[in-house]
Amino acid sequence: MFGWELPPHNSGGLGTACAGLARALTMRDIELTFVLPRKVPIDTFGYRIIFAADQFGRDSSYIPGALSPYATTPGGWAHGIKGTRLIQGGTFINEVERYKIFAGAYATRVSFDVIHAHDWLSIPAGIEAKRVSGKPLVVHIHATEFDRTGNGNINQYVYEIERMGIQEADRVIAVSWFTKNILVNHYGADPDKIMVVHNGVDVPSSATISSYQHVLQAHRAAGKKIVLYVGRLTLQKGPDYFLRAAKDVLEREKNVLFVMVGSGDMEQQLIEEAARFAISDRFLFTGFLRGNELGSVFTAADLFVMPSVSEPFGIVPLESLIYGVPVLISKQSGISEVLRHALKVDFWDKDDMVNSIISVIRHQSLHATLSSLGRQEAYAQSWERAAEKCLRIYDSIKEQSITTV
Amino acid sequence: MSSVCFYFQVHQPLRIKPYRIFDIGHDHDYFNDNSDTNLNNKKILHKVAEKCYIPANEMLLSLLKRHPEFKVSFSISGIALEQFEQYAPHVLESFQKLVETGRVEILSETYYHSLASLSSPKEFARQIHQHRQKVYDVFNLWPDVFRNTELVYKNSIAEEVGKLGFKGMLMEGADHILGWRSPNYVYASRSDNFSIKLLLKNYRLSDDIAFRFGETSWHEYPLTAPKFAHWVNAHNGNGDVINLFMDYETFGEHQWKETGIFNFLSALPAEILKHPDNSFITPSEAIMHYPSVSELDVPHPVSWADIERDLSAWLSNPMQYDAMRAIYAMEEDVLRTKNPVLIADWRKLQTSDHFYYMCTKWFADGDVHAYFNPYTSPYEAFIAYMNVIADMNLRVESAPKYITWPVVMKKIQEFFNN
Repeated sequence: MFGWELPPHNSGGLGTACAGLARALTMRDIELTFVLPRKVPIDTFGYRIIFAADQFGRDSSYIPGALSPYATTPGGWAHGIKGTRLIQGGTFINEVERYKIFAGAYATRVSFDVIHAHDWLSIPAGIEAKRVSGKPLVVHIHATEFDRTGNGNINQYVYEIERMGIQEADRVIAVSWFTKNILVNHYGADPDKIMVVHNGVDVPSSATISSYQHVLQAHRAAGKKIVLYVGRLTLQKGPDYFLRAAKDVLEREKNVLFVMVGSGDMEQQLIEEAARFAISDRFLFTGFLRGNELGSVFTAADLFVMPSVSEPFGIVPLESLIYGVPVLISKQSGISEVLRHALKVDFWDKDDMVNSIISVIRHQSLHATLSSLGRQEAYAQSWERAAEKCLRIYDSIKEQSITTV
Repeated sequence: MSSVCFYFQVHQPLRIKPYRIFDIGHDHDYFNDNSDTNLNNKKILHKVAEKCYIPANEMLLSLLKRHPEFKVSFSISGIALEQFEQYAPHVLESFQKLVETGRVEILSETYYHSLASLSSPKEFARQIHQHRQKVYDVFNLWPDVFRNTELVYKNSIAEEVGKLGFKGMLMEGADHILGWRSPNYVYASRSDNFSIKLLLKNYRLSDDIAFRFGETSWHEYPLTAPKFAHWVNAHNGNGDVINLFMDYETFGEHQWKETGIFNFLSALPAEILKHPDNSFITPSEAIMHYPSVSELDVPHPVSWADIERDLSAWLSNPMQYDAMRAIYAMEEDVLRTKNPVLIADWRKLQTSDHFYYMCTKWFADGDVHAYFNPYTSPYEAFIAYMNVIADMNLRVESAPKYITWPVVMKKIQEFFNN
């Protein structure tokens, strides 16, 4: 299995998803080797981890750790999560290339049945491994270039890699029907080759008290309702829609605090906009939080909003529901295919968003129903189920390769 | 000797349009959606009229002409009658023609197809009276058998109905009530002073038509008239009356024409009448002809909905309880305005369907019940409903209120207490 990152050294959902799937597959007695490009300390759960960089005699300092699969902004992928230009494209492409060369060398040394590659950065590695071994390749698409750019300026180099991966793969796994449609419509993919496997969610260990919890509990004690946004502050995630909806909500419901968790290229813009709307005192920008700290924010929230413009899956709403926090999600997301006990709006329909937020704030009965039934639904969305589907896909292509040989 | 008693329910709610926070205080037309969705009441009424009411009424009329022994009964909600008058007068005329044969009985129900029987006995009585009056105006009949919304029944409801002078009432033949007893007899309600007779739905035979008819996976598929008549004949000698109660929309709407449901209906009376001991009967005749075999004690409510046969379709999640509480909480204030438009709107909001749309019970399984829900989710239904309630509350607050007798009495009492 070729990936790019794993928790805790992940910049978002891709690492979380890879870890969840890998663990569930291991529990199904799959002997799994997870290949990563860079060496980072990682807790594993019974599967082996190989670092490509090791093999080249480099250590973890090789390429500053900020390179992200989510490189965004109209400028393209050569930006890191902090929005700074990191390295020249050439160097970046070098890493993808080096990863690919390593994958080829590694695939000749070990024995295995199936190659599973996650998203575009791992695709060249996956294709190379297939070329040298002749083993079937599964390409797992968690996000496309069209999602990352909010349907804006796509990077042709990245697009080509994705297209090639889809073409070369024996099976493609899309994280939602939403994503499958993009693959068919924008990449000319054969729909019969694409299987939809929805992500799962891990039940988090109990949240510990953090500094934010005290702040938020104080607001709650003062009778405030807390509406939460969690995600990178970037075009794809629609934080600006959240902010504009918040302005309208505050015109009708004064006692609300809006909390935005995450960082990204739009952070400055959002802070300024909140100031311009004169609602800064109703906003809390926490920056990027993870693990326990994020959990403590969830435990204080009354509603979680995911206003994404284009969201292939969207694991955070599931995490929110595990904490019993009801969710309002955009219909332009994979998760809206999975969740029934959620409020759903078009990301651009501000009035509908405002209407939904206010309704949850005003009606405890709505909150209670969404919370308890949504929670049950989130628990049912397990990685075991996703792993089960992957196993069936593996089986189908293993048989195929045997019959064709 | 077995008598077959057909009762068909005719009802169309006034569905609430997607009513948002922003509409509160401005827009008081809650039911006038004119989109292409299933919230457009006029559109739905025309669709159902075309698929069901008109062809089914035509067929029943020809069956009544062909078989002098054939009889059926209907219960038509007041708001369905209103919508016929408004959007489809020809449908109303076709029902009137059926009644004119003298072999079609009209039953009594709450005008607004409401669940008032559970929340407000007074409002319950007012809506029954309003419906009786309407039936009298439209059909020139004074119904004396009552059927409650969704066959909701319990001892205390039957007692209220008895007090209003009804001779009998319809009920679900629920297994957990009947136990070993058969639904094919007349029973009596449990009451010291106002016991009335009860007709119990034979849910197996009724649901064979209403739910299973077009189900190709059903082991009895396809259901033919001779086969069904054979099942009816099997009850001969161990039952007085076989009550086949179902939604009228079964014919052509729930079971599409393509399933052959109309051919089935067309052939059924002749097949049933082939057996010399079979006959057709209306609810009031059944109640008059047959003695009650025993008393039924039903302390907890039953209905004809779902496997549970309880109230959970309308009252099981917190949203449904909240909405129900909210609508009846304004009862006294709404009535004190004596504003007929406001009061009518309040009653239209009591229709059971509004609460049904908020049900989350089957939603999780993606059940066929979604078919009956014009909203994309129960949450959407709840949000629109509660926004309307907020607008209603504003209207009630700003309307002049009349002092009513209970208020006067309270004031007098307070005066003497002081």
